[in-house]
Amino acid sequence: MKTQDLLQETYLALSANKARSGLTVLGIVIGIASVIALMAIGQGTQNAVSSSINSLGANLLVVTPGAAKQIGFGASSGRGSAQSLTVSDENALMQVQNVAAVSGEYSGRYQVAVAAANTNTTVDGVDGAYAQIRNIDMNEGSFITSSQAASLGKVAVIGSTVATDLFGANATSTNLVGKAIRINNMQFTITGVMATKGGSGFGSQDDTIFIPLTTALQYFAGNGNQYLSTIDIEATTQQSMTQVQNDITNLLLQRHHISDPTQADFSILNQQELVSAVSSVTGTFTTLLAAIAGISLVVGGIGIMNMMLTTVTERMREIGLRKAIGATRKDINTQFLAEAIALTFVGGGIGVALGWGIAYLVTATGIMTAQVTWSSVLLAFGVSAGIGIVFGWYPARRASNLNPIDALRYE
Amino acid sequence: MIEIKDITKTYGSGDSAYTALRGVSFSVDEGEFVAIMGPSGSGKSTLMHILGCLDTPSSGTYHLDGKDVSKMTDDELAEVRKDKIGFVFQSFNLLRRTTVLRNVVLPLIYANVPSPEREERAKQALLSSGLTEEYFNHLSNEISGGQIQRVAIARALVNNPSLILADEPTGNLDSRTSLVVLGTLQKLNREHNRTIVLITHEPDVAEHAGRIIRVSDGRVISIEKNAHPRDATEETRLCDSGQLDLTALSV
Ligand SMILES: Nc1ncnc2c1ncn2[C@@H]1O[C@H](COP(=O)(O)OP(=O)(O)OP(=O)(O)O)[C@@H](O)[C@H]1O
Ligand SMILES: [Mg+2]
Repeated sequence: MKTQDLLQETYLALSANKARSGLTVLGIVIGIASVIALMAIGQGTQNAVSSSINSLGANLLVVTPGAAKQIGFGASSGRGSAQSLTVSDENALMQVQNVAAVSGEYSGRYQVAVAAANTNTTVDGVDGAYAQIRNIDMNEGSFITSSQAASLGKVAVIGSTVATDLFGANATSTNLVGKAIRINNMQFTITGVMATKGGSGFGSQDDTIFIPLTTALQYFAGNGNQYLSTIDIEATTQQSMTQVQNDITNLLLQRHHISDPTQADFSILNQQELVSAVSSVTGTFTTLLAAIAGISLVVGGIGIMNMMLTTVTERMREIGLRKAIGATRKDINTQFLAEAIALTFVGGGIGVALGWGIAYLVTATGIMTAQVTWSSVLLAFGVSAGIGIVFGWYPARRASNLNPIDALRYE
Repeated sequence: MIEIKDITKTYGSGDSAYTALRGVSFSVDEGEFVAIMGPSGSGKSTLMHILGCLDTPSSGTYHLDGKDVSKMTDDELAEVRKDKIGFVFQSFNLLRRTTVLRNVVLPLIYANVPSPEREERAKQALLSSGLTEEYFNHLSNEISGGQIQRVAIARALVNNPSLILADEPTGNLDSRTSLVVLGTLQKLNREHNRTIVLITHEPDVAEHAGRIIRVSDGRVISIEKNAHPRDATEETRLCDSGQLDLTALSV
């Protein structure tokens, strides 16, 4: 049988039974698409979480006032609730070995207004080093400088969400530097607009206004108040984080005259510990999704297997008849192999496209990010195609070994 | 051309074993037209399948053109079927959901006949089996039982086999069409020297053959020569001109 005849025969055989071919293809499509989509969601979530944590800043340690509680939970209730960290603590921490940068923070929520609009948002007093610690990129202008801090400058660096809220949706394209802004009824001048950072999980910086820490303490904290909301510290390397954390703890205990570490009036959040805590959660999530994907792959595979087996059994007579009119075993084998390949490849192609489409849609809705990986495409396609071909071809191969009459009489 | 000796065929095994052929021997020369007659269940189809290399005997020998067919491998048998034998089944004849023309073209595809030639030969075979052109593109489930039989005959003769085996080819046909089909077979036999073995219940059909083999209960009970076979083409002509009454003919 020539290739062209084989292709024609394959086409005729598959189109002769559209419903059967369609159902087989559908089984393959569903199997492949669900695996690709599920694994894309798992992968996408994992990537989103780790990039969101990393956008907090590299090698970050955050000191918050108040008693040490569990990692990750002490920080939120700590702000403003205890007053134990001071500007002189901050200055002392700069001397610790392997500390790359330190920035105190004093933050609160205030009413913010321009001529046309007003909003209520977080106003965060920080040092210039904050931009380095938290990986802040500027869209326009520059971040707070030390000379602005020294002169108690009434300058503000605004996040992109704030810019949109105050100046309208296309604010980022207009020139905002130099514009006036009223914070808590005090006149400030915008000196910078930050690039959008995205992510919302861990206190979005996009919805924050930054002003010099000195200015914040002077005008918002009340007279002579030197207490800080938090202190952010960047260690020079990831390896030095534990050492830096220990040194800071000892230094602060000593400065606060506390001898028993369990009585500490501050707590330290280590970003590295946060990463490992969170990645163990996302890891579980990904494993769960992979297990579901694996089950759909098995179910899809059994569906394909079923379809192929019924097809061949149903076509025993056809095989007998073809043999009776001169088809050799090889003719039969190649024909059924060609049909199985055609079905699995059509189904596989559509399935990959559909899985990709679902991943795209999931991402487009903004609920989750889904990222299709080549390994999931290859795995899903490989398994379905393998099952389809084996179970399409192997029973046909057995049938082709029967003598024509036995095949014709097969019930 | 055909030489069988002591052929037996047993279906199944143990208690449910059934012996359909109990030692059949005869030979058919090249260019002969032989009819096999016998009551239902006597083993005619079983014998025919063995002659057609579609099934193998339980014991005995079968020589086709001097070669021992009972010792051939599956693929060698496929070669023989493809090159030498055209088969018309009693039932289950055509590929489902496949056009009439494609059904007849199929043996030529397996025989690697170039494609322009295939259609031409398939159409020729269909026409000479008495099927008109309007049915060529009908699907096999859209034609009548008699038409199916004619398509099967066309398929059996399309690759010019030297041996044509037909299991009750006229069983479903009206008398006029039966005569056309018999005429086709006789023409192949006389003008192209094809060997033909035909199974039938009807003595009127068997009388078109040169020799009649009667079987009963898995055995040959008589072999007789028919010195004056009837001529189906002549009968068709007479019938068309009203000189032959078809009702008198149980063909
Ligand atoms: N595959 C089979 N398995 C078991 N028994 C079979 C099988 N095929 C045929 N037989 C039996 O063998 C006997 C002969 O069957 P066969 O088909 O050869 O009869 P036949 O002469 O062609 O009859 P008919 O004129 O009705 O077509 C029957 O009794 C049948 O039951
Ligand atoms: Mg029969």
